[in-house]
Amino acid sequence: MIKYIIKRLVLAFVTIFTVATLTFFLMNMVPGGPFLSEKAISPKAQAALEAKYGLDKPLFQQYLTYISDAMHGDFGDSLKQRGRTVSSIIATKFPVSARVGGVSIIVALCFGIPLGCIAALNRGKPVDNIISVLSTCGIAVPSFVICTVLMYFLGVHLGWFPTFGLTSWKHYVMPVIALSFYPTAYIMRLMRSSMLDVLGQDYMRTARAKGLSQFVSLFKHALRNAILPVITYVGPMTAYTLTGSFIVEKIFTIPGLGGEFIGSITNRDYTVIMGTTIFLATIMVFMNVIVDIVYKLVDPRIKLK
Amino acid sequence: MKSNPLSFQSKLNPDDFVLATAEEKESLVVMRESVSFWKDGLRRLVKNKVAMASLIVIVIVMIFSFIVPAFYPYTYETQIRGSENLAPMEYSAEELARKEAGEDVFPHFLGTDKLGRDYAIRIMMGSRISLLVGLIATAIILVIGSVVGSIAAFFGGWIDLVIMRVVDIIYTIPDILLIVLLSFALKDTLEGLATIPGFGWVQVVGTNLISIFIVFALLYWVGMARMVRSQILMLKENEYVTAARALGATSGRIIKKHLLTNCIGTLIVTTTLQIPSSIFTESFLSFLGLGVAVPLPSLGSLASEAINGLNTYPYLLFAPALLISLIILSFNLLGDGLRDAFDPKLKN
Repeated sequence: MIKYIIKRLVLAFVTIFTVATLTFFLMNMVPGGPFLSEKAISPKAQAALEAKYGLDKPLFQQYLTYISDAMHGDFGDSLKQRGRTVSSIIATKFPVSARVGGVSIIVALCFGIPLGCIAALNRGKPVDNIISVLSTCGIAVPSFVICTVLMYFLGVHLGWFPTFGLTSWKHYVMPVIALSFYPTAYIMRLMRSSMLDVLGQDYMRTARAKGLSQFVSLFKHALRNAILPVITYVGPMTAYTLTGSFIVEKIFTIPGLGGEFIGSITNRDYTVIMGTTIFLATIMVFMNVIVDIVYKLVDPRIKLK
Repeated sequence: MKSNPLSFQSKLNPDDFVLATAEEKESLVVMRESVSFWKDGLRRLVKNKVAMASLIVIVIVMIFSFIVPAFYPYTYETQIRGSENLAPMEYSAEELARKEAGEDVFPHFLGTDKLGRDYAIRIMMGSRISLLVGLIATAIILVIGSVVGSIAAFFGGWIDLVIMRVVDIIYTIPDILLIVLLSFALKDTLEGLATIPGFGWVQVVGTNLISIFIVFALLYWVGMARMVRSQILMLKENEYVTAARALGATSGRIIKKHLLTNCIGTLIVTTTLQIPSSIFTESFLSFLGLGVAVPLPSLGSLASEAINGLNTYPYLLFAPALLISLIILSFNLLGDGLRDAFDPKLKN
């Protein structure tokens, strides 16, 4: 187990390194640069700026400098936001996204798993049909549609919830609904189909036949087996949600990491792009490792190799 | 011949040896007509009410987005002076005057936008663009994904290793970063290309639209490739592949004739489910302002424009939002129906 985890961590490091390298060169290959946009600046000032941030050096040398700095935990200064380091930007923006995202993940799990189970247990009955219709619709509606419809009805029309900012629990309601909508629907669907699969297995019949109560057979035998596909999905989903959805953040004006990331790409804020990408990739890769370990804990039959 | 009452000889008479008529022969046939893969699947599909209903919805949406605009009295870019921001079915003062004079004025079913363009036709054009993106992008993804996936699975070894690592990396880089960077990169290249004689069509189709296709093709083949790879890894162990090879078939022929044809069910299903996800992504891109160029509308850009005037003109948002949800929903349901009908694993 320990050996496996170490192996995975080494592989994770390699993946993150590859992603960083690719992003670096891809980003620099794209025409344009951080100091070319908006108002025209004199060539001299531009040269000075480029020299300041080391952008005048050959690309490969820039790359080496960046990587060695990054290895020492220094992700550089933002090229566009004067006087702010990339680390401080991520440190202020990520908690905001993570709070909204964390609540959304909990909401998605709390609704998705039980509803999916209920649908599977009542297969073919009206309850099942209602839940299935809900989850199919939930998957089909794009997030910007949910956001704007929520905004119009709950925010503007009824005035129940504030439409921007993030200062009280009321501010969380609409972004959380919008962010958890798709995952909830998807988890319901996954849970329903895998539960149906498990309920048809022989060991479930054995469990009931040897006199286990419905409750024990359901929670100890069925749920534990049925939850595996949900875990596979929840790993990457957590990474995406924690780091913030750009659309939700834009519509509800939440100062999170998602908006920062898109902003940095359109502004060509090279250091912020690199820092955020490495950060996102790290979370993503580690979530995958955690998923595999949780997998093993939930189902001891799985061999990690 | 006189029969002995004690003999066990069967009593035959000449009538027993008359040739059977065609009808009698038929009554003995217990085999039913052989059912091909397609017939079998189609029969199951037609029985599935939800899938058929969504197919009908898709056809209706297609008629409205591809055929109706040709006969529609307004076009998506004509700005009608004096009829800006009309509510659905409302007429401007000028149009009312013309109506008074006995002229037939075609109503604005969904009103007009802030530039006085008829919104119904813009919605139709928007769904045309969204559908086109969905279909063409998916076709490209299908071709690249199935070719790469089958090559990886069939040849295995280091080819498989390299391809799957590329797939992993594309999965790990945040796709929004690649989309935005690529569309910036392609914009200049394509605009340059459009000026070269012989490539004028680039301008006609629109550089943004082409860059969307390329971006989709470069990014989203990975899912399809994984799917095809896992299928072919299973299929290539079959005896008929060994037999084909023994008969001297080339690798290309085996992949084309034996392997890909055998995972056609999976291909159909994955393709149908890829269409809504392409439409989804395109609407997201248009929402960010990276989608199709103005004045061409897409459902995503229409929705994103409508958000600014949400308080005053909410109906401008509801039409594209509803339509895009409906399109994605129908394709999803149709895809589910197709999977139930064509996936051999779900047969029982």
